[in-house]
Amino acid sequence: MATHESHKKRSGLMDWLTTVDHKKIGILYLLAGGFFFLIGGLEAILMRIQLMEPDSKIFTGELYNQLLTMHGTTMIFLAAMPIIFGFMNAILPLQIGARDVAFPYVNAVGFWLFFFGGLLLNLSWFLGGAPEAGWTAYAPLSTVAEDTGVDFYVLGLQIAGAGTLAGGINFLVTVINMRAPGMTFMRMPLFTWASFVTSGLILFAFPALTVGFFLLMFERVFDANFFNPDMGGNVLIWEHIFWIFGHPEVYILILPAFGIISEVVSTFSSKRLFGYSAMVFATVLIGFLGFMVWVHHMFTVGLGPVANSIFAVATMAIAIPTGVKIFNWIFTMWGGQIRFTTAMLFAVGFIPTFVMGGVTGVMLSVPAADYQYHDSYFVVAHFHYVIVGGLILGLFSGLYYWYPRMFNRVLNETLGKINFWLFFIGFHLTFFPQHWLGLMGMPRRVYTYMSGQQLDGSNFVSTIGAILMGLGTIVLLINIVISASAKHAATKDPWDGRTLEWAMPVPTPEYNFAQTPLVRGLDPLYVEKTAGNGEMTPAEPVGEIHMPNGSILPFFLSLGMFVAGFGFIYANWIVAIVGLGGVLVTMFLRSVIDDHGYHIHKKEVEADIKGGRA
Amino acid sequence: MKKWLQKGRMVSLFAMLALLLMGCGDPTLSALIPQGEVADKQFQLMLISISIMILVLVVVFVLYAFVLLKFRKRKGDTSTPKQVEGNHMLELLWTVIPILLLIILAVPTVMRTFEFSADAKPASKNELSIKVTGHQYWWEFEYPKEELITSQELVLPADTKVHVELSSADVIHSFWIPSLAGKTDTNPGDKNKNFMWFDTGSETDVVYKGKCAELCGASHALMDFKVRVVSKEDYKNWVASFKAADGKSSANANGQQVFEKNCISCHAVGQEGGNTGPSLNGFGDKDRVAGILEHNKENLKKWIKDPQEVKPGNNMPKVNLSDEEIDAVSDYLLDLKLK
Repeated sequence: MATHESHKKRSGLMDWLTTVDHKKIGILYLLAGGFFFLIGGLEAILMRIQLMEPDSKIFTGELYNQLLTMHGTTMIFLAAMPIIFGFMNAILPLQIGARDVAFPYVNAVGFWLFFFGGLLLNLSWFLGGAPEAGWTAYAPLSTVAEDTGVDFYVLGLQIAGAGTLAGGINFLVTVINMRAPGMTFMRMPLFTWASFVTSGLILFAFPALTVGFFLLMFERVFDANFFNPDMGGNVLIWEHIFWIFGHPEVYILILPAFGIISEVVSTFSSKRLFGYSAMVFATVLIGFLGFMVWVHHMFTVGLGPVANSIFAVATMAIAIPTGVKIFNWIFTMWGGQIRFTTAMLFAVGFIPTFVMGGVTGVMLSVPAADYQYHDSYFVVAHFHYVIVGGLILGLFSGLYYWYPRMFNRVLNETLGKINFWLFFIGFHLTFFPQHWLGLMGMPRRVYTYMSGQQLDGSNFVSTIGAILMGLGTIVLLINIVISASAKHAATKDPWDGRTLEWAMPVPTPEYNFAQTPLVRGLDPLYVEKTAGNGEMTPAEPVGEIHMPNGSILPFFLSLGMFVAGFGFIYANWIVAIVGLGGVLVTMFLRSVIDDHGYHIHKKEVEADIKGGRA
Repeated sequence: MKKWLQKGRMVSLFAMLALLLMGCGDPTLSALIPQGEVADKQFQLMLISISIMILVLVVVFVLYAFVLLKFRKRKGDTSTPKQVEGNHMLELLWTVIPILLLIILAVPTVMRTFEFSADAKPASKNELSIKVTGHQYWWEFEYPKEELITSQELVLPADTKVHVELSSADVIHSFWIPSLAGKTDTNPGDKNKNFMWFDTGSETDVVYKGKCAELCGASHALMDFKVRVVSKEDYKNWVASFKAADGKSSANANGQQVFEKNCISCHAVGQEGGNTGPSLNGFGDKDRVAGILEHNKENLKKWIKDPQEVKPGNNMPKVNLSDEEIDAVSDYLLDLKLK
């Protein structure tokens, strides 16, 4: 990376702790999310080992409930969402030709809040046991639990959730305000569109969760009675609040994956996205409908046939825009020249897998039949088909696709393909049998099943599949380690890209584009390539570039929250006040210290351009 | 090469068949082997939805396979594919056809959803009405008209419509008999009582397996119950003998004494006893010890000796009994049979 005399550079660990650069924060998100993904995956494998044989006694009772709770919570909040945020951070500003996100400082706050929240939650394993009430934490199971597990859940996720909300708002503002000249809304790449809609969903869904967590926290820490029927409370309040957040959350997760798949399919078919405006409209519609279907998680709760029917039909309606997307992807490939790189393989695996998860979703939307499916392994199969077969395959695809841009290295294609096949085959072996396990009477979240109920064989196969998925992930790790050596250096545009993120040299300069590019159409880089330029036309002359200063305050602000979290968990008010006091002090410092950032001089930018570094 | 390919296809075909032939599961547990009207209709809904969905899958997969095979990049091809913006006709087609398919699915969906709930009112004369209460980790069954309370084993006459009122004594559970009907949650609190109904089917002398389907704590996996469907005649006899039974004048006087001293404050036998634990009336006829262990003396002793070992987190205390006392009370309990 170019060094600039005008600005004191921090190096090493201090650089990472203080960075406000969206590219570095993206990497931090990816690393932290990847770490939690490994933990969540390990928890899954432990559960599958327990379920490999009937009447097994390895992880039973409360310990198993802790594993299932932490697996779900970790995967959703601490692995999937941060990895998505990693890509959004690393790629979205590049795709719209921005210098950074709108609020770089808030961006750092968002990351550190997520990180410390996740850390707090996972420390519960060593401090009296993890939460055991499921990732849904239904009251009163979550309110009557006497150990501190659920307290860690509430406080950890509350802190991490605040970070997510900050991130969502940041990306909304970034997309609305920071687009390069000519980058109209209807020229934005699909990944940017999907991230934009996802950020909107975060803005409306996470406050519901925040409120829910406050109620649960007050019930546990201050003996409130929101969910206590003996004191006039009602247990269903939690279920409604949770799913009013929880269903949009599903779309928060899957929409960015749709975006990634759209980019990858288009690039590796060498064709523009088929039906671009329909794709945009479908994305927005899915996001909108996502708020109207939460009761389909509650069909057996007893809300009556009217509510159940309305939400059933609303749920079915989501299948329509989703179907539009599937066909548009297939017709993007139609007439193209498909290159089966690893990134494309994951995308190619994504489409049929997601369709299978989608059709079981439509089956689940039928309340009268859902009475049989609900809370059985059929549901487990369904949501793993959409979340692992959909989202995770999408994220793997994005990782192989954007790895050269993010890390200036390429991943090995052969190892990548081994990674894909192990993971893909393992995935289907794990979850396909679970469809009929559920229909054959196996409820979800059980730590054991008795022999002689014809559930043995399928469970065994399922565990073998889980081990294959684990092996696939290990191959990915090996691939990442190998890629770190110098001979795997990436080129600027390894995939014959079509969008702006491939129009900069590697490594990406810290200011992104030396001159903000002029966008002349959808797939702007492709437009320039066909016009014979091969490079973006600048929209401005070379000039000084204003950059934000790094700051350690986001780290300390989040550390303060972390300390306060402990205070509330153990009802130790001194610790809580110290933590919150720390938060206030960092806020105060942020307000009174004038920080105007710094400028990269025109001369330096010109030197970078000359040297091929910008 | 071609022959080998064909063989490969045959092998995978057989593999698929084998998967299908693995069967539809345990006939007393599987929703795929429905008994009675409700489970039958739910199974039909599954078939309708799965047929439509398989149609969708086949169309997508065939189209997809064709595209993947046909449009792969050939070596040496340096041409640029035509950049197509879209096609209104096609896009309209794959919007409208799914809408039609969903309407086909939505009609029976709404119909059945109303059907399964509209009848969830107190029973008429020829129908049976029961109240189910979920406890961590056992089930209480009250027959209000017959004025009896039993636990863990629901005895029902065949070919009868059963109305169920559901509630919970602690956390949320979910009442599920896959062979007979889908599940409904049991919520704590008077405001959230639930109702459902099902039909017991025509088979008699069969024991269906029931499960708790909502995470309810450490022993959620062990919160099983049984539904014994008998002939109407046998059902009448069962009710009569259940009500006539008392735990007095047992041949096992020692066991009876131990029971009356240590157990009766929570467990009822006959007309006497507390109700914080499951009723043990007719315990000797039951199918399982603690809902999960095989029904024999050894297991019963194991359970009484250390309940936490068998069902972690349950509320039965470890009563301080000597081995002889446990032996005696086990004999007493296993002898509690309904005539």
